[in-house]
Order: sequence, then C-alpha cells, then structure tokens
Amino acid sequence: MSTTLFRTIQPNHFTLLTTALLRTRTKTSRHISVRCQTSTTTQQPRTSAPKNHGSNKLDEILKDYEAVIGIETHVQLSTSTKAFCSCPNSYGSHPNTSICPVCMGLPGALPVLSSKVVDFGVRLGLALNCSLSLKSKFDRKQYFYPDLPKGYQISQFDVPIASGGYVDVDIPLEFGGGHRRFGITRVHMEEDAGKLLHSDAGDYSQAMIVSKLDLVDLNRAGVPLLEIVSEPDMRSGVEAAEYGSEMQRIVRYLGVSNGNMQEGSLRCDVNISIRPIGQAEFGTKVEIKNLNAFSAMSRAIDYEITRQALLYNQGQADKIVTETRLWDEGAQKTVTMRKKEGLADYRYFPEPDLPEVILTQEYVDSIRASLPELPEAKRRRYEAMGLGIQDVLFLANDVSVAEYFDEVIGKGADVKSAANWLMSDIAAYLKNEELSISDVKLTPHELAELIAAIKDETISGKIGKQITDPVEIEKMIMKVISESPKQLEQYRSGKTKLQGFFAGQVMKMSKGKANPALLNKILLEKLNAKE
Amino acid sequence: MPSTAASRILEHYRPPFDATAVKKIKEMGGIVVGKTNMDEFGMGSTTEASAFQVTANPWDLTRVPGGSSGGSAAAVAARQCMVSLGSDTGGSVRQPASFCGVVGLKPTYGRVSRFGLMAYASSLDVIGCFGSTVADAGMLLHAVSGYDRFDSTSSKQDVPEFDTQFLSMDSFESKPLKGVRVGLIRETLEEGVDSGVRSATQEAASHLEALGCVVTEVSLPSFSLGLPAYYVIASSESSSNLSRYDGVRYGNQVMADELNKLYECSRGQGFGGEVKMRILMGTYALSAGYYDAYYKRAQQVRTLIRKDFKAALDHNDILISPAAPSAAYKIGEKKDDPLAMYAGDIMTVNVNLAGLPAIVLPCGLVEGGPSGLPVGLQMIGAAFDEEKLLKVGHIFEQTLKGSGFVPPTLPNVA
Repeated sequence: MSTTLFRTIQPNHFTLLTTALLRTRTKTSRHISVRCQTSTTTQQPRTSAPKNHGSNKLDEILKDYEAVIGIETHVQLSTSTKAFCSCPNSYGSHPNTSICPVCMGLPGALPVLSSKVVDFGVRLGLALNCSLSLKSKFDRKQYFYPDLPKGYQISQFDVPIASGGYVDVDIPLEFGGGHRRFGITRVHMEEDAGKLLHSDAGDYSQAMIVSKLDLVDLNRAGVPLLEIVSEPDMRSGVEAAEYGSEMQRIVRYLGVSNGNMQEGSLRCDVNISIRPIGQAEFGTKVEIKNLNAFSAMSRAIDYEITRQALLYNQGQADKIVTETRLWDEGAQKTVTMRKKEGLADYRYFPEPDLPEVILTQEYVDSIRASLPELPEAKRRRYEAMGLGIQDVLFLANDVSVAEYFDEVIGKGADVKSAANWLMSDIAAYLKNEELSISDVKLTPHELAELIAAIKDETISGKIGKQITDPVEIEKMIMKVISESPKQLEQYRSGKTKLQGFFAGQVMKMSKGKANPALLNKILLEKLNAKE
Repeated sequence: MPSTAASRILEHYRPPFDATAVKKIKEMGGIVVGKTNMDEFGMGSTTEASAFQVTANPWDLTRVPGGSSGGSAAAVAARQCMVSLGSDTGGSVRQPASFCGVVGLKPTYGRVSRFGLMAYASSLDVIGCFGSTVADAGMLLHAVSGYDRFDSTSSKQDVPEFDTQFLSMDSFESKPLKGVRVGLIRETLEEGVDSGVRSATQEAASHLEALGCVVTEVSLPSFSLGLPAYYVIASSESSSNLSRYDGVRYGNQVMADELNKLYECSRGQGFGGEVKMRILMGTYALSAGYYDAYYKRAQQVRTLIRKDFKAALDHNDILISPAAPSAAYKIGEKKDDPLAMYAGDIMTVNVNLAGLPAIVLPCGLVEGGPSGLPVGLQMIGAAFDEEKLLKVGHIFEQTLKGSGFVPPTLPNVA
C-alpha cells in the first residue's frame, strides 16, 4: 500500500496547505465549540433519536388517534441592552449586577422601549412570512411572583407586531423526509422575568432573600423576548422537533438570537392533545414545559401521546385534564406540575407608560431588503444545484457551514466536490477535534483552490489529505521506534531493510496519511542517530 | 431622602435616584428644604389618609388642608417654604391650593417628566407646583418642565419662557386682559356647590370682566360623566401600579415561610384602608369579563370629555370654574363617607381626563375659621398653553383688592 502512494506524489505547494488545515487557530477550542456542540445537537435528533421498542407501539396508536400539537417559543434577543432600560443584556453575570431602577421596578421608574427590539421583531415577523401590524401597542400582563418586579410583565396582548405567517421545513430522511408547512399564529414582543434560585444553590450572597426559601436574581428581568405561537399544525414529535430546529435556525440566520436551548435563549413549550381519527373537535390540551433539547421535545411528545391514548383506550379520557406537565429527563416521562383551574386572569390592559408602536412601510421594506437568505431558500437553492436532500440538509442547517459552503462555490469550485469535502473530511475533523467551522484554518478560498487542483489532477485527492507536519511525523516515528526495540537493534546492527518495516508501522499509525517522502527522511535520521 | 408616599409599606425606603423634576431643581441651585405630608399614594382629598399624621390647614387648624398634596399646600401657605411640588391626578394640587389659599398649577400631561414620580394613575398623573403667587408657581414650573428621555410620555413641545412674563402692576394698561375670551362652565355652578363658593366665583368673573375679558357661559355636556370615569380609570391603573409593593425587593417586608403569606402580610399591613379599597376596585374593573364594561368604557367617556373641552377652548382662551364645591371642611367630617369625599373632586377630575393645564388661585373668602376660609378660582387652558394661564392668572392676582391671602396663624406679613 505504501508503495502505491509513493508513485502518485507530485511535489506541489498545495501539500503545505494541509498543515494549516490541521492546526487550530487558538487553544480555546472549548469556548468556541459551544456553537459546534449546539450545531451537532441539532443534528442529534436525526442520528440518535431512539428508534425504541416504543416506536411500534406509537405506530399502532397513530392508527387510531391523531396528535394535535402547537408550540410556544420564547426567543431571548441578543440586543446589547434590556428591552426597556439601558442595563447590559449579558448572560452569566453575578446575580443582581445588571439592574437599575427601571428593571427592578422601583417606585417612580418608567420603561423606555429600545428600538432594536422592534427591529428584531419586524425581522423575525418577515422571516416567518407574517403580516406586520403597522400599529401595535404594549399591554400589561398582571400576576404576582417574586421574579416579576413590577407585578406585571410588559407584553403585547391583542395587537401583536406580526401575525398570520408560516414556516416551511424538511423532515429529516431518517424520519421519512418530505416537506411540511406549519402555520404561525403570531409573534409579539415582551420582557423576560428574573430568576428564582434556591438558597442552597451555591454562593448567591448578592441575591435578595424572599421567605427564607428562594433568592431572586433580576439580571434577566427586562431582557427582550419575542414570543412565537404556532398554529396547532404539528402531528408528531418529529414534526415538532423539526419546527423547533427551524426556529433555531431562523433566529441564528437572522442574528436576532443565539437560539441556545441550554442557556435559555430559546425556550419551547408544547401544547398537545389527541383525538380519535376522524373527530373534528380537539381533545383536552396539555402543556409540557422543561424541554431542554429538541430530542427531549420529540420524546416528551411521543410519551404524552402514548399516555393519553392509553387513557382513551381504558375509557378514562376524562382523566386527561388541562394542566401543565414537566418533562422529567431522568425518568423519561411527563409529570404533573400544576393543574390549571380554568384560564388564568391576567387582567390585561394597554400599557399607559408606552406610546403606540408605529411602523412606516418604508421602514418595513428596508428591513425586508436587508434580510439574509433564509434556510428554506437556501435549501431550495442547493437542491436546484443538484445536491441530494441529505447533503442539502447538512449544508443548509448550520448558518456558518452554509456561509463557508457558499464562499467555496462562490470562488468557482465544483458544487459536488465542495459538498463532499465539507460533509466527509472537514466534518469528521471538526468532530474529532471538537471545533466549529469558524475555527478551521483552511479558508474557503484555499479549499476552492484545492478542489480545482484536484479536479484538473494537479494533485491526487489522497494527497490533499496528507499529514506533512514534520513534528507530527517525528512523534509517530519515535513512538514506533520505542515500541519496536528489537527491530531497532537489528537495524542498527546492519539489517537496513527493516527501514521498510518502520515506515509501514508509521504509515499504519497515521492511517495512510503520512507524507511518504518526509516520513522516510525523518525515519532515516532517527534510525541512524547515535544512541 | 426618605420617600414613603405617606405609606407604611415604604416606611424606611430611601430611593437610589432623584426624580427628573428634582434633579432639574438641584441643577438650577434650588434648595430642597424637606418632604411634605400627603394622602397615602395620592389617594385622598384631605391628607387624612396619610399613614403617619394628619396635616392641619393653616387657616384653621381644625380643618383639612385638602389632598392629596395637602402637606405641600399647607407648607407654602404657612410660609415654611417659598414653593413646593405636588402631584395632581384628579385635582390633588388644585383642591388643596384652594383650601389653603395658595396658587396651585397643574401643567399639561407630558409637560413635566414623570420619571421619579411614584405612579398612582399613569395616564392621569402630573407633577404640579405650589407658590404664594402666580409668578412663583410659574417660575417653579418652568424649572421642572421639558422633554425627558426617561419618560416615554413626556412631550417634545418647546417650553416657552413663561418665567419671565410676569410684569409688575405699574406696567398694566387699564384693561390689561382686553379681548380675552373666558368661558364659565355652567355645570360647575349647579346644585351641590356652596353658596359662598358660587358667589366668590361670580365675583371673580366680574373681576375678569373689569380687566377687559369677555365672559360667557359655556356648557360641557359630558361634565358629570367625569367623576365615575375618573374613578374607574384611576383605580384600575393604580391597582396595577401598586403591584410592585410586595415586600420582596424594598420597603417593609413581613417575613413568612410561604410566598402568598409574604404578600398578604406585607401588603395587608403596609397599605392603609383607602389604598386597599382602590386596589380592590381597580382589580375588579380590570378582571376578565369586566374590562369592556368598566375600563374600556371609561376610556371612551374620556374621549367625549376631551372633545367637549376642545370645542369649548376653540371658542375661548380659558375656561373658569370653582376649584372645589366648598371651602375646607373639618378634620374627620368626611373620613367615613368616601363617596361624599370623591364627590368633592367634581371640579377637577375632568381636567386630568383631558390632560389639560389648569391653575387655581385664591379669589375670595367664605365664612369659617378665625379669619374666614379661602376659596380658589380654577382657570383651564388649552393643551400646552400654560403661558396664557399664567399671564391671565398673574394679572388677576395682582389687581385683586385686598392684602393678599395670608393665614391668621402667621404674624402679620404685609
């Protein structure tokens, strides 16, 4: 094997490129890899969603019952300040260090709307194909809780900024594939509440003590949110998870939010009911909270469908009540959190401290013109370029990967080759090294050149992937040598043909990627070195 | 400085920031002498609802100074300070001004920033000024007026130089207010108004005529709707504004092991009876099924009242009326009859509903107390037309016969 490799070497400066490919930009890959981790998380539902023993059970159930699912998504906006005051909007600060009279609800404080919030609201509304309300207003949603400083949340009740839209998604191939369109009822602006922490949860000496039980951290109070309410159009956990993933993609594409479920910048609550197939009326709706990943959403829905169907089958459909259930990740089931006795009365009335939000058509048009290409448009464009749906989904689903890909083909590289490079070698490398695409030192321009060079056979594909770093090769050589003392002695006492043995071992260790010329050069040096 | 809103729930509260109005005063070199008494959270018309003490009227220490800004009015009347600030949501600056014989000035809604004003009813509250003369009140108003980026409801309208228009009497012409059209609001002189107040008002109208004004009667058909509309809107908004007083972040907290108990005890013990009553009324009015019938309807009535005022002010420079149906009454007299107390606001609430500026200045005395009791004349102007009100008010005051309105409790101030 090693001999055939030697024959295809064409010394060329492109081989040096690959050293760059494999060096990381910084040592802080752990910090930067947050994005990579989440991008692989979004892909996990596709590859690792349990095809469990329950799936047959679910299929049986779905012959008799239809699940009706709607999702409420809260998106924390990545603005630099809070919605109604100039406190910094930053995650992870020490408790109560980003507060002021306004977001603390001190007597005499008044809210002042940040224009960025409206900007982001319009952006998201347009991206979700909604009609915008050129005139909308804020309302007070009133209830008492320690994390709600004013005793009301500034939100939008009857005139949200956007309504009546839809989102198009592609169901992953492993779940049957296909296109779906899900309706969006409304998008509105509101402020987030603070956080309650339990007093035994670490050092929170700066948090305020309430009733000896809980501590209040108001850093998050007043952070701007966009709430997206979907039509109850989803019919399965898979569809719901894909809807959620698309919401995440869109907010990241638009740059309005990090869309990070673990950090809480993207929160999804599911409303689910089932009904016998053919029945027009909806069944009793149950709300599910505490979903920290799209995979959890999918499993929670499957569990809930099964739970409700079981009750129906046992003639106990009346045991399904309007309630909020929490997803217990450990036990993999939903559990009752609180029963809703009728609808809560939030005593909404128009916020008297804030004027109406008035948008001009010019303003809306200018935002529309500045929107980036959204995931759906990208997917259709990639499809039109001749890529298979699997490739399309991989490339379009992460905004950074798509950007990289677009740049590579923008430099003229062949579409299929660029796709293959990204999907196999680069993806594998990123996974092994736990990096994100933005850390790769191989620039799109360089990759495009590489592809072009391979295409007109200046270098072979295999060479493009060689290890040519002398330090790395030396490391491998020294390891092989230390593991084969017998052969080393034999070589040094005259059996020089054993060079081939060592070369083969190193080649094996490098999985065939070591540059043969360099390997042999360094190997000879080491073998012939004095003790 | 301690800021309690005369409530136990804020008994030891010290705010970490100044209200914009106060900041402006300090920037101009004003000396803040102290804080005054008021009805708790601005809810009341006598200062008897203060959690800490009742303020006495300098004209008769057995009588109320009015409210809710009774302390500020009394302080100026007793010459404890030159000028003072108060808040006017339904007449809380104008009525005490009338009861205490001082000038009370209510600006247009949005003229003065509300940032730092502990909110009672957000769409009605304004910061007002007290002074012993129109000129003093006007100068204070000029100091605190202007757009504030921390108050989204504050207006960007220019603030005219209405602190410099107060000419001395010597420079007045013989009919200094010639051609000024004055509308006397018919509905304010009907039943329920004391005869003494009625005659003082008629005399004031005559005085204005003598100065050259053209005084005619105007009718505001929606006038009587103002009181119920006001109480629905004010209680609703205040029930919401007072939700933040929950004992969690500041103010008096009654420790408890359970959250609802914490709320119940902190608020139950911290709020006085009048405040609790209004919170209950407001919560009810906003609750599911009642919003349309009460709050929404009251806001629709408000639009009618605005229209009537606008129509009247299209044909008149100012409108006039008494400031209150009576002079100051005895402490304790109306304490147990809230509806009777509310009825006393009839002259003033419509102005808040319409968001217009108004000034009250003493125009006469009626029987009562050691030296009679003052009665105030209310002048109402078009939106942002404080300049005209101050001009007319100043000339009226300067030409009024008598030695000025000085309470008998003070040594003779000539």
